[in-house]
Amino acid sequence: MATEPVIYEPGKAREAFRAVTRDVAWVAEAPKPHKAWLGALGVSMLMLAIGVYSIFVLLTTGIGVWGNSNTVGWAWDITNFVWWIGIGHAGTLISAVLYLTRQSWRVSINRAAEAMTIFAVMCAGLFPLLHTGRPWFAWWMLPHPNDMDMWPQFRSPLMWDVFAVSTYMTTSILFWYMGLVPDLATFRDRCAARGEKLKAIIYGALSLGWRGSARNWHRYERAYLILAGLATPLVFSVHSVVSFDFATSQLPGWHTTIFPPYFVAGAIFSGFAMVLTLLLPLRHLFNLKHIIKEEHIEAMCKILLATGMMVGLAYATEFFIAWYSGNLYEKFAFVNRAFGPFWWAYFAMVSCNVLIPQAFWFKMVRRNVVLIFILCIFVNIGMWFERFVIIATSLARSFLPATWSYFTPTIYDIGLFIGTLGLFGTLFLLFFRYVPVIAMSEVKGAMPEAHAGGPSKGGHH
Amino acid sequence: MLGDGALYGVLAEYDTPGELIEAARKVRDAGYTEFDCFSPFPVHGIDEAMGIKRTILPLLIFGGGFAGLLGGILLQWWTNAYNWPWNIAGKPEWSIPANVPIAFETTILLSVLTAFFGMWMLNKLPQVWHPFFRLERFGRVTDDAFLLGIEARDRRFDSVATTQLLKDAGAIAVENCHLDPDPASRTMPGWITAFIVSSTAFALIPFAIAAKARNSHSSEPHIHVFPDMDFQPKYKADAASDLFPDGRANRGQLAETVARGSLNADDTFYRGIEGGKWTEGFPKQLEISEQLVRRGQIRYNIYCAPCHGYDGRGSGPVPQRVAAGGGAWDARNLVQAGGPVVKMPNGQLFNTISNGYNTMMGYAHQIPPADRWAIVLYTRALQRSQNAAVDDVPQEELGRMPMPQMQTPAAPAGAGSAAPAAPTGSAPAAPATPAPAPAAGSAAQPENK
Repeated sequence: MATEPVIYEPGKAREAFRAVTRDVAWVAEAPKPHKAWLGALGVSMLMLAIGVYSIFVLLTTGIGVWGNSNTVGWAWDITNFVWWIGIGHAGTLISAVLYLTRQSWRVSINRAAEAMTIFAVMCAGLFPLLHTGRPWFAWWMLPHPNDMDMWPQFRSPLMWDVFAVSTYMTTSILFWYMGLVPDLATFRDRCAARGEKLKAIIYGALSLGWRGSARNWHRYERAYLILAGLATPLVFSVHSVVSFDFATSQLPGWHTTIFPPYFVAGAIFSGFAMVLTLLLPLRHLFNLKHIIKEEHIEAMCKILLATGMMVGLAYATEFFIAWYSGNLYEKFAFVNRAFGPFWWAYFAMVSCNVLIPQAFWFKMVRRNVVLIFILCIFVNIGMWFERFVIIATSLARSFLPATWSYFTPTIYDIGLFIGTLGLFGTLFLLFFRYVPVIAMSEVKGAMPEAHAGGPSKGGHH
Repeated sequence: MLGDGALYGVLAEYDTPGELIEAARKVRDAGYTEFDCFSPFPVHGIDEAMGIKRTILPLLIFGGGFAGLLGGILLQWWTNAYNWPWNIAGKPEWSIPANVPIAFETTILLSVLTAFFGMWMLNKLPQVWHPFFRLERFGRVTDDAFLLGIEARDRRFDSVATTQLLKDAGAIAVENCHLDPDPASRTMPGWITAFIVSSTAFALIPFAIAAKARNSHSSEPHIHVFPDMDFQPKYKADAASDLFPDGRANRGQLAETVARGSLNADDTFYRGIEGGKWTEGFPKQLEISEQLVRRGQIRYNIYCAPCHGYDGRGSGPVPQRVAAGGGAWDARNLVQAGGPVVKMPNGQLFNTISNGYNTMMGYAHQIPPADRWAIVLYTRALQRSQNAAVDDVPQEELGRMPMPQMQTPAAPAGAGSAAPAAPTGSAPAAPATPAPAPAAGSAAQPENK
């Protein structure tokens, strides 16, 4: 994308930059929050309260309050863990992979997508933690000298998970915060100019005294580039490691080498659907349509279409291999998936993940935000079912027919899931109101005006 | 308010990023070194114009990443292969592939931490004050302003000439910046420093306690922060309980009662007694068959052979171990011709298995009655086989035996004269078994291997 040489008029470039600052800062500076925002926050906090109560019952009673059984030992807890962490991956993909591939349209959505990553990983982390039954002993998973002389078993994929997810969480937070600093400095300066001292001090402390120095920018950009380079393999490793939890087991339906790429494609797919689900209403609510443009949404729809078909290919490959391997148990596992007692989940998964996204072939659909929003909701549901189908149907019908069982969630399973949706919603809505919701400095840097005034440097980007 | 202290420098504003680059180049060409540009976003091309050297940050990050890789591998090797080797399903204790994921994650983690903290460190941030923040104009640098500041400490700095240079470079405004006269404004406020120092000290306290605990001995019990796994709400055998008048958690058997299925009224089957004496035969509910002998052999080999030996001569692995340790102890020889066990009635043998004898414990709680009878039967067969003569072998089997070694099969048992007597010694088995010799012989064969 070559930048057009800009005709130089005094003050014109600065006017454009000011407009970006004003429009983004307005979201946080509007004296009264939007009614829809307040309503959504209320609903989210109510859901969060349901989740807190579910956790309270879980901790005071025990894992028995869930529907998990000896046969289906991993159920909604791990389903939700994989689902949430997959959602998180789109944020890293947008901020890191699209940065490395110089997709400048990412600047309008990367901040919100990264925030989504952090909140999704927070929700995800809750599940394995609570699944241990005694979360107050979770620190036993970290290697530390202890009077039992025991070390973690590092050859277990569950330990890999601990390291991968905590590294991912740390990286996501640092990457996000680093990107925030220049924009927090913008908020600091605006608050100071308006005389709001307390806010200026808070934003000032958070922005670490940033002053936009070219010498600082130089190192900042280096660090940003390298962090993006580090986050890219990291994001692929995290969901691969999550898939190892299944793939390294002996269970038919889990024990396949296709899992890492299959899980990563699914993660990107669900994550982009979640980004759109969040941003479409908020963009409308907070008048950000000229920053989060239709082209950006269309690009995301194309990614949805591509990753949706990758996921569909994975489903087909699984069936092909089940047939081609000639393995009785493998064959049974997959026939059971589609036609067994959980057939309805499989049907929901295929229609939401493979059939429905085919609508994105049409430009008419990719330009219709209402339709996109509805389709993305379906993708979110479909991806949840994918995780559920993989986990529950495989466990419910394993090698020994005597142990076969069915999984039915209890209200505490449902309550905790609703609770994480509430936690996610609450955090995201608070983020939208109090933190620079769009990476202003990056948007400004990607504008044609950023190259104004000097000797024409067209083509440099 | 402004202009109170010494002159810190001058700040010029430019209209566009391009003009800022041009101005920066001119300032640098004029020989200034203590100057900086300020912009709302990284202006591309300004590094070269200002003559900024490439940062060493990537090198630091490489170092951090390498340390992470090494640390990750070392951590896994030391904990799982060296300090406490773990055998997981017989796999090698140290195998790189299984340790790749964590080594990869630690590499990334340390690289990321180095990138993040290294960047701020090299940028000398966070910094709570800067003289330029005193200028209102500087507040717009995070919005739309492109500024160039030259510090007064630059040796080429001259208030008039420098200002003129900046104006010639196209500045739309140039203003002087003075330091705050109060030196305290140029340092970290005392309470922040105090907070950082004290919170760091507090954060170290748990580690100090842990370090002290690891290097000292104590007879005090553990501190149980979460007692639920150490003290479970349940009664163990013979514990006290307030719930019952006798203060015991155990509920004994009630008088005049028998537990369901525990009547055991059949004296012969359960106790080996018939008409007040040890029974000579077998209980009537048992069908004496080769199958039962084989069952008895399996049970014998599990429960009896460790002491009495597979051949019943009383020198199984346990006595052998005693001998290896320099001691001398043999279990009872069960098959000694004319010995006490050979003479024992079946009922007494059953009773010995059930309730023990001398140092031998009873096996009633481990072996069900029918299996104990099977062992009795097998012991009889063993006695027969260990004391057998060539004549006991059926004609058709005789041809299949390696004859040269078979002149005196009973010789190791001791007295050759005892051989013919053996069958009579275990007479009770005979009536129940029409043809005991082949059955006993074939049953005893496998254990000879």
